[in-house]
Amino acid sequence: MNAPASEAASSTACARLDQVSKLFGAFAALRQVSVEFEPGRCYVLLGENGAGKSTLLRILAGLLRPSFGTVRVFGTAKTGGVEPHDARERIGYMSHAPMLYDELTAQENLRYFASLYAGRACLEPADALRQVGLDPELTRTLGQYSQGMRQRTSLARVLLSVPELLLLDEPFSNMDVESARQMVELLAGFRQGNRTIVLTTHQRELAAPIADWVLTLHAGRVASLEPGRPTL
Amino acid sequence: MPRALWTHLAKELRIEWRSLDAIVSMLFFSGLVVVLFSIAFDPGGAFSQQIAGGVLCVATMFASVSALNQAWAREIRHQVLDAQRMVPAPGAELFLAKVLANFLFVTIVQVLLAPVFIVFYNLHIAGQGWLLALVLPLGTWALVGNGVFFAALSIRSRNRELLLSLILFPIFIPALLAMVQATTAILTGESDPTLWIKLLLGYDIIFTTVSLLLFDVVFHAE
Repeated sequence: MNAPASEAASSTACARLDQVSKLFGAFAALRQVSVEFEPGRCYVLLGENGAGKSTLLRILAGLLRPSFGTVRVFGTAKTGGVEPHDARERIGYMSHAPMLYDELTAQENLRYFASLYAGRACLEPADALRQVGLDPELTRTLGQYSQGMRQRTSLARVLLSVPELLLLDEPFSNMDVESARQMVELLAGFRQGNRTIVLTTHQRELAAPIADWVLTLHAGRVASLEPGRPTL
Repeated sequence: MPRALWTHLAKELRIEWRSLDAIVSMLFFSGLVVVLFSIAFDPGGAFSQQIAGGVLCVATMFASVSALNQAWAREIRHQVLDAQRMVPAPGAELFLAKVLANFLFVTIVQVLLAPVFIVFYNLHIAGQGWLLALVLPLGTWALVGNGVFFAALSIRSRNRELLLSLILFPIFIPALLAMVQATTAILTGESDPTLWIKLLLGYDIIFTTVSLLLFDVVFHAE
């Protein structure tokens, strides 16, 4: 099953996958996936391990290229849409790994990445850390952080560049319920700025308050796309 | 200096300052090579002048490989490489920063090793000693530039450490030959090292340019 893709909606789509397949050798991680992500919405991707959730996110992030099919972000080919790789400064991607240096403090990590976004108005590293509930004055290096703190620092790194498309792979893993709730509230605020969130999770109930759409993948195919019941 | 290059370089130096991983492992390894060779060969008389250039270059080469193998280790761990691939800064600047940082680390090791080397091999420089200040950096740049590039190329391989040596050493042979011959010529004073220095310079220019041009392809490969 594919998401509806009317011509009018396509022109404003934040991201659009058209018949996308991704092969790793003989293994098909994604099979003819067609789906559209509207701006200002939160999409929750569900599916068992190996269903293709992370692959889909990595394709949207421009870290993988599809074997077949096309991907466009921020419009269609006719309306100025581009391949994700060409718009990577407008996309934030958070993996289940922290994607940060263990030998640097959280603020040093964030300052480093912020300075690589030349010409883009980034948040102050200290502000980004406060947003995710971390003390920017912590002098410990990231290697001495707990998994949950690393996860939050990783989210702060993604929020730094104020991306228009936020891709989060298992953002609630290693987090206690209270921290996860705080993250959901933060993401709700982020979405209200007409920014799109696509996140994968195995903890559906945690993401439910911000889920505008719930997309379920099974064996690399879109099994269902259902409206959520967001409360935030 | 482009801003991103400086940012990457400062990060590399800060991390090495805190961990001292590369410098300590290189210093230990190269010191061991120098001492072992001095035990294996009689380090007295004219013979030491003949082999000293080769020992110095080989010690530098093997020691550097131990650091170069780790050049991208921090990027692989915790998938930092993906974060690097997502930023809009050119990958070539990250490459150049890593080359500069590793060049500095190897140079520090060479400077620390020099007195040990002179003592163990009882060296008296018969040629123009100041030319060593040209030969060693040029040879080191050739080694480090190629090493960082091929370490990036083999980053996704399961046997990346073996692969780096297998690719790097054959490609480094012309530079190693020039480095050894120039160093020996300077130490013995028996021949003119100019041709070998020119060869090293040409090698550096060609390989650095090609690496810079190709790095983005390697960097963004799946």
